[in-house]
Amino acid sequence: MMMSKIEALDVTKRYDGSLALDRVEVRASYGQVTSIVGVNGAGKTTLLKILAGLDTPSDGKVLIAARQVSPEELRAHCTMVFQKSVMLGGTVYDNVAYGLRVNRTPGRDIPDRVKSALEIVNLDGFEKRKARKLSSGEQQRVAIARALALEREVILIDEPTANLDPANTMVIEQGIKQSARSRAVLLSTHNLPQARRLSDRVIHLYRGRVVEEGEAARFFADPHDERTKLFINGELQF
Amino acid sequence: MKGIFNAFIGIPTVALGLYLYLLLSRSGPLGYFEFLYTPYGIIIGQCVLVTPIVVSFTTSALESVDPDLRTLARTLGASGLQIDAVVLREAFWGVALAIIAAFNRAFAELGVAMMLGGNIRNLTRVLTTAIALETARGEIALSIALSFILLGIVMSLSIAVSLARRSS
Repeated sequence: MMMSKIEALDVTKRYDGSLALDRVEVRASYGQVTSIVGVNGAGKTTLLKILAGLDTPSDGKVLIAARQVSPEELRAHCTMVFQKSVMLGGTVYDNVAYGLRVNRTPGRDIPDRVKSALEIVNLDGFEKRKARKLSSGEQQRVAIARALALEREVILIDEPTANLDPANTMVIEQGIKQSARSRAVLLSTHNLPQARRLSDRVIHLYRGRVVEEGEAARFFADPHDERTKLFINGELQF
Repeated sequence: MKGIFNAFIGIPTVALGLYLYLLLSRSGPLGYFEFLYTPYGIIIGQCVLVTPIVVSFTTSALESVDPDLRTLARTLGASGLQIDAVVLREAFWGVALAIIAAFNRAFAELGVAMMLGGNIRNLTRVLTTAIALETARGEIALSIALSFILLGIVMSLSIAVSLARRSS
């Protein structure tokens, strides 16, 4: 069995009395895409933020390579791509190089790493373009390149292709697949065809709880949980 | 707090000049320093005048930076100081605008300069007080010439900042 790169154990998150996550257990392995699927408000983004070290769980713990880590340590191991891509002022190069600079990557290595990351998302040659002048699809590709350039062991990607056209979606999906060869990728999506195309494992989150998880092929072909069956058929209520 | 500074942006300079005059005059609480009718008096007055502009415009510029930018910088590994630096960089042109607006306000106002500086030749005479004096003397041509210099400086600065912003 493949060793889990990142694990959430019994993670609970409460906001002002309401329960966003309820004793969630999630594992993602090196070299795999693990998709977290679920309806809006299921807790997918909250879970990703906790795994990225951007939020702290009310209870439970997060492990990297079987060792419990703090949110600060998590941020050194993981990076996250958000649904809404936020561009820094400046060029595409500035954006992709930013994370490398703040992490004190040697200056001579930065151009090559930026170039490699941009190639994965088909944006080579875009280095000098103003990032904020790009289309939303191109900006999302820059956001993914920015995360890939860091070469972190875990990448968490939240709804990467929401509202994007098929061409950009295809490039982003190829980039995600390629990036998963050398790291663990956790993908949050309510786009089931996308989860089916990309995932090695799928986790179904419903009202803050994991109701089913398993190998992608089995998950879609033979879901065990009633709520998962309804979700796959598009009949699950919020 | 910002609301208080906003309220003081439009304070009449003559009123501010009067209150500061009372503070700085020999019998006032700060009379000991003898700043009245010196360049220091004008500097103090202009600083008080422009502080609300700088605070209000700078705060607005910082507030207008996308809050998700902080989260993004964190997830890319930035430290607290590096995150602050990113936010400041994003707000750069807003802060530049605050500084230009403050400079223009101070450079082009008359009340504070006249009441605290006294328009003393070779000591506290500035462009605006010189224009007022020459107009009172009937030297209209000189006043107009001085006003062109004043307008030229104010407008050149504003245009330079706009051009720099557009090309950035």
